[in-house]
Amino acid sequence: MTIDLRTVSITPLRHTFDHLVRRMGADKPVSRYIEGTMDVQPVENFHYRPTWGPRFEIFDPGHTAIRMRDWYALKDPRQYYYGAYTIARARTQENADADFQFVESRGLADECPPPLRETILDFYLPLRHVAYGGNLNNTAIGGKGYGTAFTQAAVYYAVDQLAIAQYLTRLGLTLGDEESLARGKRAWLDGAAWQPLRRLVEDLLVQEDVFELFLAQDLVLDGLLYPLAYEEADRALRREAGSAVSMMTRFQAEWFAESSKWVDAVAKAAVAESGDNRALIVRWTDEWRARALEALAPVAALALPDSSAEALARVSDAFDARAARLGLAS
Amino acid sequence: MSKIFVVLQKGDESRGIVEAIVDDNTAAELEEHPALYRVTAPGRMVIRRASIEDHLGRPFDLHELQLYLVSLSGHVDESDEEFVLSWNA
Repeated sequence: MTIDLRTVSITPLRHTFDHLVRRMGADKPVSRYIEGTMDVQPVENFHYRPTWGPRFEIFDPGHTAIRMRDWYALKDPRQYYYGAYTIARARTQENADADFQFVESRGLADECPPPLRETILDFYLPLRHVAYGGNLNNTAIGGKGYGTAFTQAAVYYAVDQLAIAQYLTRLGLTLGDEESLARGKRAWLDGAAWQPLRRLVEDLLVQEDVFELFLAQDLVLDGLLYPLAYEEADRALRREAGSAVSMMTRFQAEWFAESSKWVDAVAKAAVAESGDNRALIVRWTDEWRARALEALAPVAALALPDSSAEALARVSDAFDARAARLGLAS
Repeated sequence: MSKIFVVLQKGDESRGIVEAIVDDNTAAELEEHPALYRVTAPGRMVIRRASIEDHLGRPFDLHELQLYLVSLSGHVDESDEEFVLSWNA
């Protein structure tokens, strides 16, 4: 008996969902990110209006002055959908945990001279509250924004901000104790150096325009604060305090580089959409940039008493170069 | 001129790689076989790390290509940035 082997090619009847076929004009396989993102949010047949804002539909593009023909143009270059995002963060969490354990097991925190330890705690601990503001604001973007492409990434950003607040807490407990956290909160509420920044964060909490909020918080405030706190201040403190703080803030530094890709892609797509969008975005970026730099100046001086002006100038130059790359040079 | 080709095992990751190859090599042609992608091009084919990263949305090490690579033809010239296949003219 002979057995004849042959290949039978079975072509699938469809490669992806119908709404994606309509969108692409062709039936071809697409990534999990696209399948889990495009046109997921309902757009019609809303029966009731939200009690908190009856002028709006439940999902309403009118929460911002920015207009997009297609809100799904605001894609995330990291291609995070729930699965990809959680897998990526599980990995970063493992790294961060290992870093903290290393610092604790080798007693690296004890090598840091006590007066410098106070400086580190005074500078980093109130930033927990800034990160919590970032969490609330991005949750608001996730709630009031339009289109799953934009809103799901905003929610991931919000959760990351919560993680950053928690890593800062852990840093505080490693270098200090519970009293250090309480002192950080008192500085945030009453310390003169923190009041301009607190005012900025609290003004952002009541910002109505959802895209302006995104630009002010994610592009401008975080775009200036993270390079200042986790590059400039970190580099200066490391010289005398050793690398313990760098290890305990590693997530923030790496997260900023990663999440900037998303922020840049969204801003770039919105700017490219129309001249009206561009004009609004340029104006908002300029206004919030000036406010954020003013608010960060006294905070920078806490960590960098001798060189805060130079550090802030480098940070704002780098920010301007980034804005120019996004087509925001006014 | 004889053609060169790469054959990759089908899957989410290799679809992104194949799209990157087709984007970067205008003369490249994609054939779909059961469980396999076969990309052919006349003379020369460049597989670029940066384009694969754009398609996959994550950092990519070109050595990772070996996980999906079933077969190839042509001389290999490999760096951190590019994986180039070609025949000597």
